[in-house]
Amino acid sequence: MTPSLTVRNVAIVALLAALVLLPLYTGLTGNRFLLTLFTRILILALAATSLNLILGYGGMMSFGHAAYLGIGGYSVGMLAHEGIVSGFVQWPVALGASALFALIVGALSLRTRGVYFIMITLAFAQMAYYVCAGLARYGGDDGLTIYQRSQFVTPIDLSNKTQFYYVCLALLCASIYLVWRLMNSRFGMVIQGSRSNDLRMRAIGFPTYRYRLICFVIAGTLCGLAGALLANHTDFVDPAMMYWTRSGDLIIMVVLGGVASPFGPLIGAVALLVLEEVLSGITEYWQIILGPMLLLVVLFARGGIDGLLQKVRAKGRI
Amino acid sequence: MTLFIEQCLNGLQFGLLLFLLAAGLTLVFGIMDLVNLAHGSLYMIGAYFAATFAAWTGSFVLGAVLGLAATLVVGMAVEVIVMRRLYGRDHLDHVLGTFGLILFFDEAVRLIWGPEGLRLPLPRWLNMSVQILPGVQYSAYKLSIIVVTLAAAAFLYVLVMRTRIGMLIRAGASNREMVGALGVNIKLLYTLVFGLGAALAGLAGLMQAPSLTVQIGMGENIIILAFVITVIGGIGSIRGAFVAAILVGFLDTLGRAFFPDLLRMVLSPDAASTAAPALSSMLIYLLMAIVLVARPEGLFPVSRK
Repeated sequence: MTPSLTVRNVAIVALLAALVLLPLYTGLTGNRFLLTLFTRILILALAATSLNLILGYGGMMSFGHAAYLGIGGYSVGMLAHEGIVSGFVQWPVALGASALFALIVGALSLRTRGVYFIMITLAFAQMAYYVCAGLARYGGDDGLTIYQRSQFVTPIDLSNKTQFYYVCLALLCASIYLVWRLMNSRFGMVIQGSRSNDLRMRAIGFPTYRYRLICFVIAGTLCGLAGALLANHTDFVDPAMMYWTRSGDLIIMVVLGGVASPFGPLIGAVALLVLEEVLSGITEYWQIILGPMLLLVVLFARGGIDGLLQKVRAKGRI
Repeated sequence: MTLFIEQCLNGLQFGLLLFLLAAGLTLVFGIMDLVNLAHGSLYMIGAYFAATFAAWTGSFVLGAVLGLAATLVVGMAVEVIVMRRLYGRDHLDHVLGTFGLILFFDEAVRLIWGPEGLRLPLPRWLNMSVQILPGVQYSAYKLSIIVVTLAAAAFLYVLVMRTRIGMLIRAGASNREMVGALGVNIKLLYTLVFGLGAALAGLAGLMQAPSLTVQIGMGENIIILAFVITVIGGIGSIRGAFVAAILVGFLDTLGRAFFPDLLRMVLSPDAASTAAPALSSMLIYLLMAIVLVARPEGLFPVSRK
């Protein structure tokens, strides 16, 4: 199947091109703020992409996804605090810790369904939140400042803002590709089949619990990577990274962009965070506009922004 | 021993307060199948209304009554304007839509009342302690919370189990379509149930108000506890919510009171005093995880068609 020239594809290519060219623009104009904002957007888009894997494709509505952001971030922060600044140690630990946490949470949570699943994932995230708030050695409630970013081999320098931006962009694109490949594989078909009708999938003979658990762990690990990036981006970690409203933000990004769409979370993250910036520039009370806007998206734009773009195609090809 | 009795009463009081919130949630969950994250906003609004009306009228009781009525009206308005359109949708849509409502309410409150927060001062007749047992003094205010919440729980029991409306509510919980098919005005029933839930949340908010500053975001922390309770109790079960609320109230209060001492036996005093508050907040979530792993439908599962 060759990609056709639809409004949606054009929009996505334009967005990607803009993201690639952004550092050139900020370099020319000296607008450091824009670069920082978009680095943050890319990192949260990576987290949202990982959430989309379980929420969008798998129908597993995790309300505790921010926990992995926190675990990835704290792994980097705690190791840096202990004097271990090599990224080759920090990042595998961040990924491993997130994967392990996802394995435990997933193994227990996937026994439940529906609202119970939402709430049990939330409960585990809140537990992680309180554990980190109780880590007196690592700042407790106040958080932990990271004095040195993860160190890699010489040409890679994460303290260089432009380089760090491109690292985030590359990892994001790799993750989107991974999710896309994964969801078009046999594994992905089982996951999506289980979302539509789990009973039938099991009747055919698929041990869906195992498939869903693996999917849950992959999503957690990817989000842990986003957490490690976020810690390097803000040079700071605190328990608020995994408060339940942050998990809510991630869900908003996914749904706003379009669930079960490879580029949906990226579109959603860009839309939400840019909207926040724009609205907060207009009025101090910007959330009073954002809240009803979200409501309107839920009520009238099912499928999110990506869904809208696809509808444009349905009406008239260009 | 005195301390223990006092802490038990505190636990009971906190549990009953949480029950008011959880009862509204579980009603809305059970009957409309709606996940309402914005329930905490109604709790906040109840407290704001009560503080404002109490300041206007100069009477605590009058302020509370007016605040309750106003929260009921806001709740029914929210149901008619927004919630009605969310029934039958995905839980994901509920979470997102009501999350939007939270943002809206928080900011609306900031716009109307300003960012500082309000205080709801106690009247003199509540701001004292009474002797409940020989040698045991207890705050009249906290005692009044226990009395009022128990009365509210009794009212709820009578309403749901002994009246015609209650019969319809129960019928609606077990089979919505059938109740509608039998000619019951389901829309009106839903509005009433949502209003009732809102009023209960508002009551919890205004009763909690004197002990803390009435501020933006006060609903965000407690709503999660209320959700935990509905889930532990079994979604849709008011009885389950009651048992779970008392359980969580006790666990939280006694955990905060005595867990630090237990922790001090294993950890150094310094580490224990910083870790204890965080770890005792964790106990509730641990309880929930254990309950859900053992009984994925909660303690009192509601059988559905």
